[in-house]
Amino acid sequence: MTAVLSHKGAAVRMPRSMVLGLGSVLVVVSLLVSSARGAYAISLSDLWDMLNSLLAWDAQRSSAELVFLHIRLPRLVLGLVAGAGLGLAGALMQGMFRNPLADPGLIGVSAGAALAAAMAIVLGAAWFPSLSNTLGSWMLVCSAFAGGLLVTIVIYGLAQSEGETRVGMMLLAGIAMNALGGAGLGYLTFLATDEQLRSLQFWLLGSLGGARWSAVALIAAIVAACIAAGLRLARPLNAMALGEAQATLLGVDVERVKRQAVVITALSVGAVTASTGMIGFIGLVAPHCVRLIAGPDQRVVLAGSAMLGAALVLLADSVARTIVQPAELPLGVLTAFVGVPVFLLLLRTFKGRV
Amino acid sequence: MSYPLSTMQRRTVLRQAVAIGGVLSASAALPSLALAQSNPASASRSAKNGLPRIVSVNGAITEVIYALGAQAQLVGTDTTSLYPEAALATPKVGYMRQLSAEGLLSLKPDVLLATSDAGPPAVLDQVRSAGVKVEMMESDHTWGEVQRLVTVVGNAAAQQARAKALLADLNAQWAATQKLVAAARGPKRRVLFILAHSGTPQVSGSKTGADALIRFAGGVNAIDGFAGYRPMTAEAMAVAAPDLILTTTQGITAAGGIDKFWARPELELTPAYRNRVLVHMDALELLGFGPRLPATVATLHRRLLTA
Repeated sequence: MTAVLSHKGAAVRMPRSMVLGLGSVLVVVSLLVSSARGAYAISLSDLWDMLNSLLAWDAQRSSAELVFLHIRLPRLVLGLVAGAGLGLAGALMQGMFRNPLADPGLIGVSAGAALAAAMAIVLGAAWFPSLSNTLGSWMLVCSAFAGGLLVTIVIYGLAQSEGETRVGMMLLAGIAMNALGGAGLGYLTFLATDEQLRSLQFWLLGSLGGARWSAVALIAAIVAACIAAGLRLARPLNAMALGEAQATLLGVDVERVKRQAVVITALSVGAVTASTGMIGFIGLVAPHCVRLIAGPDQRVVLAGSAMLGAALVLLADSVARTIVQPAELPLGVLTAFVGVPVFLLLLRTFKGRV
Repeated sequence: MSYPLSTMQRRTVLRQAVAIGGVLSASAALPSLALAQSNPASASRSAKNGLPRIVSVNGAITEVIYALGAQAQLVGTDTTSLYPEAALATPKVGYMRQLSAEGLLSLKPDVLLATSDAGPPAVLDQVRSAGVKVEMMESDHTWGEVQRLVTVVGNAAAQQARAKALLADLNAQWAATQKLVAAARGPKRRVLFILAHSGTPQVSGSKTGADALIRFAGGVNAIDGFAGYRPMTAEAMAVAAPDLILTTTQGITAAGGIDKFWARPELELTPAYRNRVLVHMDALELLGFGPRLPATVATLHRRLLTA
């Protein structure tokens, strides 16, 4: 609560344009760093040559170019989009609940997506053989997305009372959903064969490894739309930080804002989780870091969290795919390893503000 | 490397699409076009002998490659490739179900050899689309599986003659083993296989490698109520009434020795516990289903008779 509501020390905080400028630089730098890092040796100067040869349409492509265009580039884009989506969703949740502990994981969106994906892995082929044959790997993506969305609708429905959305109710329902998701996953783990168990486990740890242009383009479109819509909620959320009654007095349609925030969160987290598996911690850490540096203005927090989230995921993924090459570490492990130290360092530096 | 006709046709179509189409079609078609124009695999053939460079993503496949004497072509293996010892020194591409496309391609292979449980599928697609031949082999726990493995690996490694010789040798070994098992008299022993590398011990139902192995060696699987590996309660184990417990050496080590292994409470109600009948063999040797299978079956058969 304090981080959002505190206005102490606002004078020394960085101005908005500077934070967002720094954020853009950070994203560009992490993109460059992760472009040039990977099991397949491609240096920055190779990339420059590649850029030139790309402009010549019918040139012969070297194998390095092919690897970059078909494997590394879609992966970078997916990392960028996933991080931005998760960062924005985290900021929206924390802003809406006016609670610094809020996280898309908290209202059960991630748990719903995970449970549905696990059902696709374990039961998909047995229960819906024809469907799973036609959809193939899309089956997993679609189920995860549907699972996240379904949980959001249920939670939102439960939290409605007398035309209002009760935030406390939503949190409690979210905790219940998480418990249900955990139990469901546990049961599916029991049912799963050895192979399914392995796929399930790796999926729960998250990875950008399966990035293909066709899927990445779709996810990128969804997340881009979510970011555009989410940024428009900055002003009403700023007003709501003063309390819902105050915000209503200021002319904010509180119900509408909450509804939009929930839908945007479900869409972006559902889409991201569906294509990457579970990537923890970004939605929680990114908004906090931005708030610590720049203060609680949602215009900065929302955009900044998306940028920081993207940079963190890109950097974590560069480490994940290079540290044990030619093998690869699960990304979920790395986001925590990269995110937590950054977070703790900031907490220490700005401890007066927490 | 030559392309099948359909690919050639697609290439032509795609080229036209790019030539005619606007930005949209170009962005979708360009990747495939680029792939068709230049094939990284052909450029990466090992210069010395022109033989295909191989990544093996399965312990048994790696064993076949060594048995063929083709290890010079092996540029990477997965973490299940633990035998022979030399395989441990090859670059490791990770666990077979969690492969990394870039990591695999950085080894510049011509062929990726795997069993059908390798993945994730999206990564295999990526590797395929970068021009690497991906050979997937089904696993059905039969002798035919081993025969197929040798043939497919021999073809992929361009070592057909050696594969033929190896296959003849292995078939002879197998026939001898089968004869040995068929000649054994007396009632078949009820065998319970326990997989207990860590955590809850799992017992093998039908449709597992262990089940097939027990049958090959002339025993009876004490479990017939379910397929695959499942945790099992003490009561169910008592009902199964195995005469003999089969497990892996790694499992014994993980348990902290044979005495600690017998201390598991689930085992107490079994005939095997009363007589302390335990056979353990190296996990990869036992369940690998590679060229060592005839020897493994013969050893297990002997142990079933003498244990």
